[in-house]
Order: sequence, then C-alpha cells, then structure tokens
Amino acid sequence: MEQTITDQELSKAAGKPLLSIEDLQVSFHTYAGEVHAVRGVTYSVEQGGSLAVVGESGCGKTVTVQAVMGLTPMPPGEIKGGRIIFDGKNLLTLSEKQMQSVRGKDIGMIFQDPMTGLNPTMTVGRQIAEAIVKHQNLSRREATERAVEMLSLVEIPNPGVRAYQYPHEFSGGMRQRAMIAIALACEPLLLIADEPTTSLDVTIQSQILELLQSLQDRLGMTIVLITHNLGVVARLSRNIVVMYAGKVVESGSSSDIFYNSAHPYTQALLQSVPRLDRPSRMELASIPGTPPDLFQPPAGCAFAPRCKYAMKVCIEHDAQPTVVGDGHYVSCWLHHKANPNPLTQKLQNGGSYQ
Amino acid sequence: MGRYILRRFGFMLISLWVIVTVSFILMNAVPGGPFTSVKLTPLVEKQLERKYGLDKPRWQQYITLLKNLLRFDLGLSIRERGRSVNDIIKYTFPTSAVLGLEALTFAVTLGLALGIIAALYRGKGLDYAAIIIAVIGVSIPNFVVASILQYVFGYKLNLLPIARWESFKHTILPAFALGLGTLASMTRMMRSSMLEVLSQDFIRTAKAKGLTSAQIIWRHGVRNAILPIVTILGPLTAAITTGTLVIERMFGIPGLGKYFVESIYNRDYPMIMGTTVFYSAILLFMTFLVDIAYGLVDPRIRIARGKGD
Repeated sequence: MEQTITDQELSKAAGKPLLSIEDLQVSFHTYAGEVHAVRGVTYSVEQGGSLAVVGESGCGKTVTVQAVMGLTPMPPGEIKGGRIIFDGKNLLTLSEKQMQSVRGKDIGMIFQDPMTGLNPTMTVGRQIAEAIVKHQNLSRREATERAVEMLSLVEIPNPGVRAYQYPHEFSGGMRQRAMIAIALACEPLLLIADEPTTSLDVTIQSQILELLQSLQDRLGMTIVLITHNLGVVARLSRNIVVMYAGKVVESGSSSDIFYNSAHPYTQALLQSVPRLDRPSRMELASIPGTPPDLFQPPAGCAFAPRCKYAMKVCIEHDAQPTVVGDGHYVSCWLHHKANPNPLTQKLQNGGSYQ
Repeated sequence: MGRYILRRFGFMLISLWVIVTVSFILMNAVPGGPFTSVKLTPLVEKQLERKYGLDKPRWQQYITLLKNLLRFDLGLSIRERGRSVNDIIKYTFPTSAVLGLEALTFAVTLGLALGIIAALYRGKGLDYAAIIIAVIGVSIPNFVVASILQYVFGYKLNLLPIARWESFKHTILPAFALGLGTLASMTRMMRSSMLEVLSQDFIRTAKAKGLTSAQIIWRHGVRNAILPIVTILGPLTAAITTGTLVIERMFGIPGLGKYFVESIYNRDYPMIMGTTVFYSAILLFMTFLVDIAYGLVDPRIRIARGKGD
C-alpha cells in the first residue's frame, strides 16, 4: 500500500502551492435529503500555475470553487470538512470580514453567464471601480481611471467611452471581458474562471480564451479554470484535475491526461470529444448511463456502474489515489498494485491519437 | 427628451378625451337623473333642467361639456347649490392631498424598509413579523383600523384627537389608517422583489468583489428591487391623494373623497364629470412622472426611449 498517499502529500506534490484544497466536503440540505455534492476533493495549484478542473455537469467543480471563494450559499449548503489553504491561510476558518478582503483582492472570479453577471443599473466602469475603491483605497476618480485601464487591458475598444456605458450596451463577449476586468481589477494572485466560455458562441469563446491566455502570460497569474469542454483545457492549462460525482478521479499534467489517461472515466470523456478527423457520419461517442445519485453516494467507485472495466472491488470499495507517473495520480482499482488483472494493459488511451 | 414629453402630453390628452367620452356615455346610461330623488313640480323640474342644460339633446350636452372642459370649467354642481365643481375641488383637494401624502410617505418608507428586512431575514423571525404585518394590513379594512385607532389612541389613551382637521396631531391617526393597506402591499412587493434580485447572478459578482453585505444590499440590491415599486407609485399616489370616502368621513375631514361617491348617488352630472376628469388627469400625470423617474432609475429604459424618438 505504499502507493496510496495522503491528501497532504498529494497537495504538496505540485511544488509550492498557492491554493491547496484538502479533503473538502460540501453538502446541501434539501427537502429530499442531504446532497453530498463534494466528497473529499483534494487538489492544488502552484504559484503561477494553471489548473483545469474538468468533469460533467453536477460533479462538484463549481461547488468546490464556490467554497474557496466563500460563496457557498448557506443554508442550504454546509462545509462538512476539509481545509482550503490559500497563501498559507485556511480560508474556511476566516471570518466573513476577513473573507471580504480575500475576495476580489487576492482571488478574482469569473462566472459562467456574463449576461446576468453584471448589474443592469450600474455603469460597467463603476462596477469595475467598485472593487478597486474597496481594496486599494483609491478615490472614486482614480478608481474610474483604473477601470478604464482595465477595460483596455481586456481589449475592449474605446474603453474611455465604454466605461460609462451600461451592461445592456455591451455584447455577450464584451460583457465577459468586463467580467474579467472586474475579476482582475485588483491584480489578484489567483483567478478562478468558472466556465468562462460556456454561454458564448464559438468564435467569441476562442477570443476569450486567447485573452485569458495572454493575460496569464503577461501578468503571471495563477488560474484555476473550470470547464466541461476539453478543447478549452488543452490550450490553457498545464495541469488537469478530472472530477466525477464529487471526487477527483485523476489528476496530472495536460499531456498525462490527454495522451496517457489512466482512469476509464477520463478516457471515456476524451473519446466523447467530437473530432474533425473522423467520418462525419460516425455516431458521436457518449458515456452510457448517468452519474450516481448524490443523496446516497455509492460505497465503491462512483463510476463503477458505467465502467466497462468494473470489478467486484470497484462496487464495494472506493479506490484511493495511486501514483501512475510523475505527478500523475489516479483513483482506480485497475491501477492498484494489488490488482493482478492484466486488463490495465488493454486500456487504450483516448487522447487525440491512438 | 422635449419631443418625448410633448408626445406623451398629446397621448395624455387623448386618453383624457376617451375617459370623458366613456364616462359621459356611462353616466347617461344609468337610469334616473339629478332630480329623480327629490319631489319637484314638473314646472320647476323643467326650469332646473333648462338651467343645467339637461333639456338639450345628448350630443349637444356632450359638445358643451367638451367646450367647457377646454376652458377648465367643470360646471356648476347640481346638489351643492351655487358652488362650481372647480370651487369644490379647489377647497377640498388640498386637504385630501395633505392627508394622502402623509399616508403615502409613511406607507412607502416603512413598507420598503419592512420589505427589505423581511427579504434579508428570509425564513427568520423578522421575516415572519413583517409578513404578519403585511397580512394584517391587507386583510383588515381601513374603517376597522380607523375605529380601533380612534378607540385606543383617541378615547382610551387620550393621546390624539379622534376627529376633525385642525393641526398636525389631527392628521396622524387618519394618515396611519389610510396608509396601512398601502404599507402592507409595499412590504409584500418589496420583499418578493428583493428576494428575486438577491438571487441574481450580479449579486454573486458583487460578493465576489469583496463588497460588504451593506454595500451589496444598497448598491446592487435595493436599486434593482425598487423598479417594480416605482411603477405602481404613480397610480397609488393618484388614488391616495384624491381622497377616500370612508377615512375622511370617519375622521370628519373636509376632503374630496365624499364628492366622488355622493355625486353618483345624486346623479350630480357635472360633479361626476368633474371628479372623474380631475382624478384621471392626476392619474395620467403621475404615470407620466413615473415614466420619467423610471428612466432615471433604469438605464435600459432611457436608451430605448432615445431610440424611439
């Protein structure tokens, strides 16, 4: 069992982490019962690094980062356990007032839907300036000047005019740029982008991604990107965390995940990416079945019912993280040392070449 | 903006004309006339009808009415002998307006505050307290409230005058009784509006900026939540300032309220027409003010209007 590692080792393994989430558990209390949305998530991102968190809808990606920002709606939400260490502090133990000086200042966040994320009755410039006034002790006027600079940083043409306009005068892509400007206004150490391109059309998506990439290069920012779009990940992130049913199933560098994926779920996910080099009449691959009910999470591996390699042990016991390469971890019994089953070898990688 | 105001003014005149016409038709469609309930000799009745122009054909009466209205002349009241409708409005409306504005100020400020508090403490004690006040305010008729107030504060505690219209002290009880219903509906509307706004994404964005709860609530919450309230404020002001029969009766207030109702019992045609036109004009004007105010609060409407011109 030397292969099995503790959460702390797992989070330290990535060098000096800026953010490390350790065994985070978040539940939501609903009328139907307790939903175990996040069930012991551990991942970390080092200073200046870029991490992508992928997984299908409802797997706990957003809930995890909401907990980082202290934005978990409580009630019904509840942080049941774990630690979130950011810049040496455990964010979960900070008071609301202390969190207010972390939010927007040390950690900026971009949300999924730019159409509804801006206040319709306030000028865009003022919405950017608001955070600056709050965290950097500038006057309203200086902050507005900074806001104009921010708008030009996110490549909005005519920023001096645009700053005095209202969100409804902006297009969807421009609103997302404005949201990025808000998130970056106080030069945060960490930027969390929660599906920043999901609600945008494809050309705008690629513009926003290019923008994020160039901002990352220029400002040396640490980025955590949440997405269910693997195409997005390939361009932006050095490391990838794959989540399923409230747990991390695999984590590693982008090339590990794309070309050397070890978890059957990751492979299935990669295979379901539509590809241009396949005959157009070919049916799109999908993963049969649905994710488990998180009211009563399964005792074993949550993916087992949908996994074509599932074994008896998968149903009964949950797999622990196992090292399969340098900085590459997978929670799957197939890769456990004690597993004599040669099926491991048969696992074909599902990346963009085979 | 100038063109917009001019156009709106034109529409207001047209609306007013439609209201006058419909009221004229309805008024004449109701059986009976101003002299039905009084015993008069046929000769006297004829003479009176001639005096008020009721002997002429309907269409002539209608034309005369429009002509007089254009000169802001609402005619002579049939029942209040020797007094013109203009006079009656001039003497009674200020009283009703003062009472109404007092009630409105009390109802709106307190109602909004209660609504906001209820939304912020959703599902907690303060929320239930606000809801209970709202339900009581909506369901208890104002004459019941009025008599309880008179009994408790006027008779038992002897703190405030029971009736009459003399000093500010005299206005407190009627304003409270008149405003309670409005306060209740304000509370309910503001609560639901605020809850809706607080669940919006931009509130989360504001929170992610690290703003304090107070900043989020005031800058991002209230300003957006108040929009639907602004809309009803116009009609509400018109209704509450033009007097109410019941409250004015109970407190012995010489307001406009009773003329609205009594003019109809009495078939006092010029009075019916006068009060209707007066009320409609105020209502239309208030709606117009609200539209302008709306543009100030909501930038989206300002722009749409600019394009429309």
